Amino acid sequence: MTSRETRTLVIAVILFGLAALLPFSGNGYYISIGVTIAMYVVLSTSWALFSGPTHYISLATAAFYGLGTMIVATGIEMVPYVVLLLISAVAGAVMAALVGLATLRLSGVYFVIFTLGLAEMIRQLVSWLQNNLGGSRGLYVLTDLTEEHIYWELLALAGFVFLIGWWIGRSRLGFAMRIIGNDETVAAHCGINTARSKILLFMVSGMVAALVGALLAPRWTYIEPNIAFSPLLSFEVVIMALLGGTKRLWGPLVGVIPFTILLEVIEANYPSQTILVLGIAFLLIVYLVPHGVVGRLEQSFAKFRKGGN
Amino acid sequence: MASGKTVLSVRGVTKQFGGLTAVDHVDFDVHEHEVVGIIGPNGSGKTTMMNLISGALKLTAGQITLQGSRISGLSAQDINRRGVSRTFQLVKMLPTLTVIENVMAGAVFGHKRRWGYEAEDFAHQMLNKVGIDSLANAPVSSLTYIDQKRLELARCLASEPEILLLDEWLAGLNPTELTTGIELIKTLRSEGRTVILVEHVMDAIRSLCDNCVVMNTGQKIAQGSPAKVLSDPEVIRAYLGDDDA
Repeated sequence: MTSRETRTLVIAVILFGLAALLPFSGNGYYISIGVTIAMYVVLSTSWALFSGPTHYISLATAAFYGLGTMIVATGIEMVPYVVLLLISAVAGAVMAALVGLATLRLSGVYFVIFTLGLAEMIRQLVSWLQNNLGGSRGLYVLTDLTEEHIYWELLALAGFVFLIGWWIGRSRLGFAMRIIGNDETVAAHCGINTARSKILLFMVSGMVAALVGALLAPRWTYIEPNIAFSPLLSFEVVIMALLGGTKRLWGPLVGVIPFTILLEVIEANYPSQTILVLGIAFLLIVYLVPHGVVGRLEQSFAKFRKGGN
Repeated sequence: MASGKTVLSVRGVTKQFGGLTAVDHVDFDVHEHEVVGIIGPNGSGKTTMMNLISGALKLTAGQITLQGSRISGLSAQDINRRGVSRTFQLVKMLPTLTVIENVMAGAVFGHKRRWGYEAEDFAHQMLNKVGIDSLANAPVSSLTYIDQKRLELARCLASEPEILLLDEWLAGLNPTELTTGIELIKTLRSEGRTVILVEHVMDAIRSLCDNCVVMNTGQKIAQGSPAKVLSDPEVIRAYLGDDDA
């Protein structure tokens, strides 16, 4: 490990430790925002693991998230929660593998549309199953888990995602992804199994999103497919990741925090204009910070250093 | 003519695009340490032939074998791993990677695989071989055209291929660069590498190739040493028309 990596690790551990102290503030509102931020950090960071290097815009976050939520909601009365978390993770990875096999040979728009449709398809399927196999459409998730617990769980998952991302970044898989993102033809002619690399990373991303859904199920108490598979979630994750920047592992984090706080303020003050603000934010990001806040900062920094010499 | 063992064998290879037959029952062999030129007028199927060997396109009929085992029908990445590495007619760089990383792409994933410092050292050696090691940490966008071509060649060499495919590697170079380019391929030749090159530059073909395959409208019309095929009446007719034959 180089000295620079050690320094980064130390800073990361300190920030992580500070973040873990939040529940001790005792302020329910802060903890609630903390849960939301942690959720988006995990989702957008894991989204960027796959979509950052490949430039494949996945709108499937809601599909994986909803899958995890529904698994917990369905099984909570019968199976221990920890087992449900494991099942969710595996189910997310398996679904990502299937989607990957079916679509990753497609590129560009086709992939985007398929992933968007996926969440809707699964939502309809779950509703159909619930309608036809009896039972009500809504499910109750009653546990002893408090917001504090959920926050810590998400924080631990965030740590895991950052570690995986760091490991991928220095692995052959990460190098392969950068080459694939540049030119898939070259990647194939360099001997890279492009389909397998993409599917592996998509599985990591899908697994994490499903886990987030499973971890958040106890927060909502009452769950129905329309909540679990909200397409808005997929878009929010994309916008936040792009706002922060996908070139660095910590890029999405930089986008998530201000954006979540902004969303909270807007939802509190103008509850019916949330989507309008999301749309405007998306436009501004595309026009003003196409490489994200982090990309912008790095550009300015490079310019500053050049000017300094 | 070189008579080492056969590295690549092309038998009855045919490629149809709908009703158009781009490559029509072509046969030839490439032996170890041999430089084979595929030449012919525009549209004669040379680049299609390269794409068939490298796996960028699938054959309609026929068979290609590398060191006795069939590679036709495999994907481009599997063919590359077995030891076929190519450059592209229009140079393909990896623009967000540095020069050294571009070369490491070949070293890390290709035929002979390396990782970490070993891959980096080897990539430096390859850059040195093509003469641009001083640019190792530069962004790709700062390279001149010939340096991009050198970089692509270094990336191919970094996987230590059994056979190297150069698709119009010398095209678009100015006269000075052309001399440099030909010298570079000559050093590859003297290292005993096995090379197939598609080329329009006749000087290069004369000075580099042991053996030439001449194609016209998808068919092989002549094969032999450059001097022999370039004086073949059929070849002259293909290039210049009936009146000059």
